[in-house]
Amino acid sequence: MSERILTCIGCPMGCMLTAVLENGTVTSVSGNTCRRGDDYARKECVAPERTVTGTVRVANGSAPVISVRTASPIPKDKVMEAARVMASTAVSAPISAGDTVIANLAGTGVALIATRGCEAR
Amino acid sequence: MMREVQLAIIGGGPAGLAAAIAARESGVQDIVIIERDRELGGILNQCIHAGFGLHTFGEELTGPEYAARFIAQVRALEIPCLLDTMVLDLSEDRVLTVTSRKEGLQQIKAGAVILAMGCRERPRGALNIPGFRCAGVWSAGTAQRLVNMEGMMPGREVVILGSGDIGLIMARRMTMEGAKVKAVAEVLPYSGGLKRNIVQCLEDFDIPLLLSHTVVDIHGKKRLEGVTLAQVDENRAPIAGTEQYIPCDTLLLSVGLLPENELSSSAGVSLSPITGGPVVGDDLATSIDGVFACGNVLHVHDLVDFVSQEAKQAGESAARYLQQHTQIGQRTELRAVNGVRYTVPQHIDLAHMGEEVTVRMRVGQPYRRAAICVYADGTLLRRLPKLVLAPGEMERVTLRRDQIPAGTKEITFCIEEGETK
Amino acid sequence: MYDVVIIGGGVIGCAIARELSRYQLSLCVVEREEDVCCGTSKANSAIVHAGFDAEPGSKKALFNVQGSQMMEQLCRDLDISYDRCGSLVLCFDEQDLPRLEALRLRGIENGVEGLEILDSAALHKMESAVSDKAVAALYAPTGAIICPFGLTYALAENAADNGAQFRFDTCVERIERTAEGFAIHTSNGVLESRTVVNAAGVYADELHNQLCDSKLRIVPRRGEYCLLDRKDGKLVSHTIFQLPSALGKGVLVTPTVHGNLLLGPTAADQEDKENTATSAAGIAALTAAAALSVSNLPMRDVITGFTGLRAHITEGADDFVIGESAEGFFDAAGIESPGLTSAPAIGAYLAQLVAQKLQAAEKENFIATRRGITPVKELPFEERRALIERDAAYGQVICRCEQITEGEIVEAIRRGARSLDGVKRRVRAGMGRCQGGFCAPRVMEIISRELGVAQTELTKSGGESRLLVGYTKEVQE
Repeated sequence: MSERILTCIGCPMGCMLTAVLENGTVTSVSGNTCRRGDDYARKECVAPERTVTGTVRVANGSAPVISVRTASPIPKDKVMEAARVMASTAVSAPISAGDTVIANLAGTGVALIATRGCEAR
Repeated sequence: MMREVQLAIIGGGPAGLAAAIAARESGVQDIVIIERDRELGGILNQCIHAGFGLHTFGEELTGPEYAARFIAQVRALEIPCLLDTMVLDLSEDRVLTVTSRKEGLQQIKAGAVILAMGCRERPRGALNIPGFRCAGVWSAGTAQRLVNMEGMMPGREVVILGSGDIGLIMARRMTMEGAKVKAVAEVLPYSGGLKRNIVQCLEDFDIPLLLSHTVVDIHGKKRLEGVTLAQVDENRAPIAGTEQYIPCDTLLLSVGLLPENELSSSAGVSLSPITGGPVVGDDLATSIDGVFACGNVLHVHDLVDFVSQEAKQAGESAARYLQQHTQIGQRTELRAVNGVRYTVPQHIDLAHMGEEVTVRMRVGQPYRRAAICVYADGTLLRRLPKLVLAPGEMERVTLRRDQIPAGTKEITFCIEEGETK
Repeated sequence: MYDVVIIGGGVIGCAIARELSRYQLSLCVVEREEDVCCGTSKANSAIVHAGFDAEPGSKKALFNVQGSQMMEQLCRDLDISYDRCGSLVLCFDEQDLPRLEALRLRGIENGVEGLEILDSAALHKMESAVSDKAVAALYAPTGAIICPFGLTYALAENAADNGAQFRFDTCVERIERTAEGFAIHTSNGVLESRTVVNAAGVYADELHNQLCDSKLRIVPRRGEYCLLDRKDGKLVSHTIFQLPSALGKGVLVTPTVHGNLLLGPTAADQEDKENTATSAAGIAALTAAAALSVSNLPMRDVITGFTGLRAHITEGADDFVIGESAEGFFDAAGIESPGLTSAPAIGAYLAQLVAQKLQAAEKENFIATRRGITPVKELPFEERRALIERDAAYGQVICRCEQITEGEIVEAIRRGARSLDGVKRRVRAGMGRCQGGFCAPRVMEIISRELGVAQTELTKSGGESRLLVGYTKEVQE
């Protein structure tokens, strides 16, 4: 059995949550004011996820980089690996917002998509 | 010979776009959006992180995606836009002097004007931070533009002063681009940023947040070599003996936003010393006839969704003004007292206002278990219990016209601490 | 082999170069920084002193009054701003009235015209923002304000138009006497010259001492300043001093020619010749002192602060050191306040000395005037419109706060700006209330394009002041 202290991000209240874990599952959450704190702690302790945003370089584009995001949240421990993949990725202009830049980002199975377009130079 | 237009909107960021759409949908045909940058979207273009649009679209969009939805509507409505065009002057009778590479210098006479110029960052000088004026000190928003739009890296070892959302967001961005963010210092005993940003931008990356700390010296004659941080007392004065030197090549400042009202001033618009923006009525009309204001030029917002809502109202009001030249009736003043720093609008017109009015406000300090109370000439009108109130979170109170007694001279907004219901 | 090498590209070095460029001489200005106007000349009070402060008969008094008389015409010739706004020296105590009167008499002795003592009523009528505590003032109608950057660049450009050369990023390490004159060893090789002019600011003592028997010691006197937003520039309409003390003329409050309000300087001696950092103590002292002159100063409108180092001589002289200090070696040393005011007179005087020494003849084709960079913001509507029609770059505003156009920035670069600060000092892009927050990336783009240098190589102020460390990604285009 172990305990984890978390700050709830559900609202500006920022409740201090205490989650009790047994064999990798959350058995209880305390310190929360509402249901959202409970949900957040259970997710965050077992399988925390983050939506990752960033940029990738554009070859022959009217802009040097375009902004990108993951199509859905990815495991938190993959965030820095995703950052490194983005750093070594380049796309060719033209590209449109919504286009897939990488189909499977850092082995997460989640796509990286462009959040804005870029015309060819 | 002077170009004429029914409605000129100064600024093509989130406020200007939403105002233009609302005005057109309210029947104004002849609109022009004047944008000083090369593209529409304003600051959203560099805010590539997610978190926009939850209130408006029910989903989390990035800044460029949020902007794109409004830009698409502006295009679909065929609202003309002057890009790369700077408004140099606005006169009291709504003549705009504008300049651009493409169309040169011209004057435009507008039937109505919506001010939507946004805000700018408070610079280092405004804080009087001692030290050298070396390379490597940037305002956080400038660094955000360099990194996110120009693909340039300002530095590798970073200290950030100010824990507003831009500072927090840039801590994560710099980290993800391979920099080491050594600390985020905040002069106040609490962060002005959203909790979620503290967790996801700092804690996720083990970046220390030093509350009640500030930069007391900047080292490096030519390029930044390090900063000295110190703890501050309750009066924000550095405490001797708490200094620590942190080597770094970059200092990002996220120390406040100021509404950009130089044009408003040139037209003679009265400004509030507290918000730094125009004093407006329930229709977001400023003190100058036919000039309206919305978005960060009016007061600094924390959520773009609320900017869009406010701007929609400004667009509708401008349309109404152009169509019927609303009469000014009796003014009811809105007063912020006891914990409430300001309200926008600052006055309402009971005879001419719509069914309801949204009053936006900020508190001066954090509260737990308190209530926003509204009094009409001393009589309690509404009491809104709040689990938490923070200066970084704008509060909104909607008042229905039929709630407010006729002839009310003054409505006060205050915080009352104590039990919640 | 040059006829003259001038060491130091501040306002004094440039004034001497400009005056020497009247003669048939080969001359070169050597500057350790990347540009002119990088030392004391860029961080001072930006005023033209009337000339009542200095000891009668001193070089300071002589050059101040002469410089003040020359300045207006010079500014006209070189197309830079000059505003004879007048100055006031405030007296806060009836007991100090004799000192105020003494100052007036000294001014008269120095040849300053129009000096007048104002009583409290007349003072407050003339300048209503002045503190109620002021009981009287000395009014000097010949006091003026100028732009020190503008003056230095104008002098340098005019000198260059007349054939003077400039070598930047060149630091003088050692001067050796040779049979023909001097061998000047620099970080960038050896220069030979028949004569040398020492205008090296706070380092002038070190050069002087290499070649002269009488030794000088300069201990920089730091002066901190605060610059306030343009919306406050009309708070006062005169340069407002306080009765002088042992450390100098005290803290002043003055409008600038660009419409800002300037407060400063403090005065504290320091050994370090490089320390131009501002300090918490300095800012506090400055704020308190300025508040004596004008109450309710809107300190929240401060947009920047800076520190200048004045070349104060502590040993070897108690005046400007100007003249031929050793055979063929000319000094302009210890040029502290009123140095900016004195620059035109020092330039003319030293140029004449050097020319005499070299028996140089005047040129017949000397160009006496220079055109400034087009001040687009100040042009009348039709003129501005016509300019944009000729060159669309003047239609594109880059610096929002100061309304500086791309055309002006390109002009600045073509006249020698290579860094953000170089552009800023020439055309004020980034000098306004956001301090370059919005325009810095755009100005960098323009410098990069005009000079064909990658943005990642650009600097804030030359040397090690690189703005960026590279691109964000490993993969480059």
